[in-house]
Amino acid sequence: MRVGILCSRLRVEEKLLFEAFESLGVTAEQWDDRSLPLRIGGDAPSVDVMLARSISALSGLAAALVLEAAGVRVVNGYGTASTCADKLRTSVALAAADVPQPVTEIALSREAALDAIERIGYPAILKPTFGSWGRLLARVNDRDAAEAILEHKEALGGANHQVFYVQQHVAKPGRDIRAFVVGTETIAAIYRHADHWITNTTRGGRASNCPVTPEIADLCARAARAVSGGAGGVLAVDLLEDPARGLLVVEVNHSMEFRNSITTTGVNIPQCIASYVLHNTREMVG
Amino acid sequence: MNAVECVECGASVGVAEDVMRGEILVCQDCGVELEVLELSPLTVDLAPMEMEDWGE
Repeated sequence: MRVGILCSRLRVEEKLLFEAFESLGVTAEQWDDRSLPLRIGGDAPSVDVMLARSISALSGLAAALVLEAAGVRVVNGYGTASTCADKLRTSVALAAADVPQPVTEIALSREAALDAIERIGYPAILKPTFGSWGRLLARVNDRDAAEAILEHKEALGGANHQVFYVQQHVAKPGRDIRAFVVGTETIAAIYRHADHWITNTTRGGRASNCPVTPEIADLCARAARAVSGGAGGVLAVDLLEDPARGLLVVEVNHSMEFRNSITTTGVNIPQCIASYVLHNTREMVG
Repeated sequence: MNAVECVECGASVGVAEDVMRGEILVCQDCGVELEVLELSPLTVDLAPMEMEDWGE
């Protein structure tokens, strides 16, 4: 079987994935998304499956779309990746599947965004619909801050920032949960502890093991199905513990980072991913 | 261990035997990030700056 890994900048995760495929007897081919031939309707790389690991979300999405159109199986596929990359689409998909999430509103003008923030109540969270690593998130503590942030976003932000994604702030207990889903199975989870309200490990959040309870497993499976048309994928589901409502899904990531979670959980996450890719592709291509 | 010259400050930067294309090296002298562009001959250049769409 020919396996490709689509990437550009090679993170620790991609190196571990190459090693994982090697340990399973498959030498994965490295395909750089910056030099990939992607003529529409043209020939595609002759691989049976491409594991999409681009660090650039836009590059990864473009490549996945064209590769799939050319008949290449891509993990995660374009439909799943494009849903996860867009917080609005994720929220809509989760709502359609009755997956609990923080109260979220969309506003398409500064005035409407201010109304949305006032309805949701302070503090509220403003997020770009497209972004990662906790970039450009804002916790809005009062009306003065809301007016200032909205004015700055309107004046300085690009087109992406003119869709105002306003979310309820969840008073989580100094941590959130990052669950790793392969297919629809939650293979491991970590708590991400931080004194700051942003808990991303890229922003200094500390990881510790989180037991995968039946509730977490069920919720993550539902979230994975919701963003993937039912099939699941290689996904990281972020959960918040709401004191009033219980676990809420706040985000689903399609190109997950896991370097801090292998030792923490004792689960060989890259090997689980490689096994899933090989097993599913063998089932599909025979 | 192989070495390559930092394109920013000229210092010698160690390179592991199993280095791969796309991997990032950090110059211990000036702190700049270098991306491995080719393995043979070993070629590096300044790594791209983080973009708004980078991430998970």
